[in-house]
Amino acid sequence: MNALLARIGGRTVVIAVPFLFLLVFFLFPFVIVGKISVSEMETVSFKDVLTWSDGVLTLALRFSNYVFITEDPLYFKTYLASLHYALVTTLLCLFIGYPFAYFMARARPTLQPALLMLVMLPFWTSFLLRVYAWRGLLTEGGWVAELIFASGLDQVLYAVGLIASPGKLMHTPFSLVLGMTYTYLPFMILPLYGNLAKLDLRLLEAAADLGATPWVAFWKVTVPLSKAGIIAGSMLVFIPCVGEFVIPELLGGPETLMIGRVLWDEFFSNNDWPMASSVAVVMVLLIIVPLAIFNKYQAEAQESRK
Amino acid sequence: MSAADPSAFLQIQDVVKDFDGFIAVDNVSLDIAKGEIFALLGSSGCGKSTLLRMLAGFETPTSGRIVLDGVELGSMPPYQRPMNMMFQSYALFPHLSVWDNIAFGLKREGLPKERIAERVEAMLKLVQLGKYAKRKPHQLSGGQQQRVALARSLAKQPQLLLLDEPLGALDKKLREETQIELVNIIESVGVTCVMVTHDQEEAMTMAGRIAVMSEGRFLQVGAPGDIYETPATRFVADFIGNVNLMDGTLDVDEADHCIIGSADCRHYVGHGITGVVGMPVTVALRPEKIHLSRHKPGDDFNSVAGTIKEMAYFGSFTVYHLELPSGARLKVSMANVQRHRDDEFTWGDAVWAHWSRSSHVVLTQ
Repeated sequence: MNALLARIGGRTVVIAVPFLFLLVFFLFPFVIVGKISVSEMETVSFKDVLTWSDGVLTLALRFSNYVFITEDPLYFKTYLASLHYALVTTLLCLFIGYPFAYFMARARPTLQPALLMLVMLPFWTSFLLRVYAWRGLLTEGGWVAELIFASGLDQVLYAVGLIASPGKLMHTPFSLVLGMTYTYLPFMILPLYGNLAKLDLRLLEAAADLGATPWVAFWKVTVPLSKAGIIAGSMLVFIPCVGEFVIPELLGGPETLMIGRVLWDEFFSNNDWPMASSVAVVMVLLIIVPLAIFNKYQAEAQESRK
Repeated sequence: MSAADPSAFLQIQDVVKDFDGFIAVDNVSLDIAKGEIFALLGSSGCGKSTLLRMLAGFETPTSGRIVLDGVELGSMPPYQRPMNMMFQSYALFPHLSVWDNIAFGLKREGLPKERIAERVEAMLKLVQLGKYAKRKPHQLSGGQQQRVALARSLAKQPQLLLLDEPLGALDKKLREETQIELVNIIESVGVTCVMVTHDQEEAMTMAGRIAVMSEGRFLQVGAPGDIYETPATRFVADFIGNVNLMDGTLDVDEADHCIIGSADCRHYVGHGITGVVGMPVTVALRPEKIHLSRHKPGDDFNSVAGTIKEMAYFGSFTVYHLELPSGARLKVSMANVQRHRDDEFTWGDAVWAHWSRSSHVVLTQ
């Protein structure tokens, strides 16, 4: 056994185990999903994609689901809405998270572990419960809702089109984005903090010495040097937000239909597995593209650090 | 210390920096003339960096004034000060190319693009890095990074150049070459320069004047030769170079000579000191001013017998550690002018050390 390990190399084994896991429980199922998406439904089961009869090998790939996705504007609109809400959430997380992470990284070193703890504290409670709690806060009578009504903020939200009518916060784009931002904020803050805490403060002194005001130094030095953190945090928020199902289900409404919800309906309401699989495949492709960009950037950043 | 000269280019007047009860800089005053290269020399924690940071504007003096070319700097923020600093280990912007690093300060001035390009090219030429303009700092060697840092700090044509341990990050061989190159560049530009270093060789080769600092104070300010040959205090004598310190008492004090008795010998010093006979004094003797011989020298003064206990060979010279009758040690440095001497001194040899009447420094504090 030891001899075998030595021959393969401990490194290979350590890397191979998670890869094998992903192969069996991610790539393989995804191939099945891909296969289902191009299969034809027969009452309760799928027709085989590859058939052999009378000496003829037939490969039957049914792309009608994909054609349907491009034809029915519902899918296009839902994909777009998903990307839109994910993007808005990512930007909000960035605008709230960046200053937070920045001042956390600049706080007294003795204070930093406590601040870090506060960011991670929400993870102690199930995410489902926390999202559910927002329903109580946002429905009429909930104190957050009352506060918003009392301050007249709902008029503003109505004016910018985030809620359908003043006096109603739940099941609106507002409640959806609020819930997603709330849930995913820590995923933005943590990589940003990790990045900003490493920033060499002498670079800011050098910038000041060369005539940069603190504001200019921030934009010309701090922000470019935290690009890796911004991208990592944005990916960690954006990617799960696109396929998010629970938050739109609990906090969203009819006009905030997201792709996760459509997927659920295709699988469990319509029982149209090939259609659901097609929707899933397109969604994964939509996410893989930004992920590939992210990976490319990371590789470049690694390269330049050498 | 001395009263400030109002005509001096840079005036540091009674500057104090108090970090919550820790006095980093303790009431120092200094005048620096235009075009001078001045070094603040001291071991770490002596306050030299704090003083430099106050000049740059990163720290505000607790009290005192800093005046540059007639303008009091006070609490003017660093980005408004007409001076630039070359940081310790350079602090080059890692995300910017060499070109953009040098252009950073010029862009902040809002100069037109052509003027910036012109200036950057001139700077690249000055430090001979023209073909590296597009590289990122991490793609350069330590010496090249140092030159980029210098170019960046000179690009804005500062009135005052601050150097924080300018050669500290380079290895010894490169450091020696760079010292001279750096001085040549600074002198060709003609900028007034204040540098901070803990390396006395660096200070002595580069600076026209040096201030030796300890515990937030200036112990001595002067030209390198003055500080080395006529240290004012025991600390300075000991800090700069190698020295033998012998405690004694003043026996005779005349206008043209004085005689000091110490445990192992009597010193005849070729000049008088204004002291009181009987007062305790310290004689400082540089190792290279002492000679060794196997025979007793003719003069009763300024010689001592001893045994060689240690030898340290440095190539161009050898340092011998002699044990004197009192048990004290005496360091003697002899230049190795011949490749192999027939009568080389070695461990255990009984020898005489002697020195001339003009080689002592008598320290009263």
